Amino acid sequence: MTTISIIGGSGYGGGELLRLLLAHPHVEVKQVTSRSRMSEYAYQTHPNLRKRTQLKFSDPAALEPVDILFLAQPHGQAQHHIDEYAKLAPKIIDLAADFRLRDAEMYEKWYGEKHAAPEWLSKFVYGLPELHRAEIAAANYVSGVGCNATASNLALLPLVKADLIDLSAPVIIEIKVGSSEGGAEGNSGSLHAERANVIRTFSAFGHRHTAEVIQEMGVKDISLTMTAVDLVRGVLATAHAKVKQGVVIKDLWKAYRAAANENPFVRVVKEQRGIYRVPEPKILAGSNYADLGFELDESSGHIVSMCAIDNLMKGASGSAVQCMNLMMGWEETVGLEFAGLHPI
Amino acid sequence: MNAVSCPECEAQIELDAGTDAGEIIVCPDCGVDLEVTSIDPAAVQLAPMEQEDWGE
Repeated sequence: MTTISIIGGSGYGGGELLRLLLAHPHVEVKQVTSRSRMSEYAYQTHPNLRKRTQLKFSDPAALEPVDILFLAQPHGQAQHHIDEYAKLAPKIIDLAADFRLRDAEMYEKWYGEKHAAPEWLSKFVYGLPELHRAEIAAANYVSGVGCNATASNLALLPLVKADLIDLSAPVIIEIKVGSSEGGAEGNSGSLHAERANVIRTFSAFGHRHTAEVIQEMGVKDISLTMTAVDLVRGVLATAHAKVKQGVVIKDLWKAYRAAANENPFVRVVKEQRGIYRVPEPKILAGSNYADLGFELDESSGHIVSMCAIDNLMKGASGSAVQCMNLMMGWEETVGLEFAGLHPI
Repeated sequence: MNAVSCPECEAQIELDAGTDAGEIIVCPDCGVDLEVTSIDPAAVQLAPMEQEDWGE
């Protein structure tokens, strides 16, 4: 069995990672750390794991060497300790944003501070298998992905890969997000009285995940606008763009079909009957699928491309486990087979 | 087997043995209803479908 440990296991991302890894047939979870919950059973924080593990949160200072180390700490911590972590494991997968961007200046621009370990940025591969499958398979260090960035990148992937977008026109992505994106640390805005029933555009421009879309899609004129909605899990990205002259609906079908054929967790949802005709995060809770859909106004060239994901799965821990599978040469889908629930 | 191309999304569809002209089949990719207009040579055309209406 391959041994793994998780640094920072008390958050939602860490809990989801633990759920996936405990059920994974090729790994054994050795340690899960949390300073704030040290010595408590992990299931006391992640109650869905009761009777699945007797692991207790351990002290990060007591970490032992393992084959793979997952970092699930809040953003900004891993870059200060990466040299120590690299001595504990030959392979590292970081869920936070510390090593997602390749360029230190870009990091400073979007995160408002200098990177503490810029020499490490080039050692990490951006951890979205749909974009970097071969590089991830050959990598020792893989970054996490932003959940909003993932929904945006996958909404644009078929269009960019097939070179169907007119890049002289802006790309605008409206993103609806659930409350678990905010993490497990509460604030006054996450009180039930404030968060329930909300539809709130909390970030019109400048969200940090925008940098990942610029980096990965190569689209310069792009805006991401975030709206909090009354969901716990889920992201829906609705991208507006202009297709190149002459592009018709059949070209789009070809591009989206190719994306689905090349990627085991990408599906095209553009149905003609039934209730679920377009991508919808509701039915993806707990699954690693990314559902893509599109509509084209052929008279104006305006395309709407949609991507729905579970932010904690494809947008975080699910993609991280998918990366681990690739790095270890295992079947890409192993441990990620859950199909989701319906009705839910 | 007779293959046809979906007029909506260009998916390649194999007509099952025993398919008759006039039958309605469903494109496995885009889900549109297709009327089989001919068997030899195989041909299909879009069949009318009820549109979604959420009353909103």
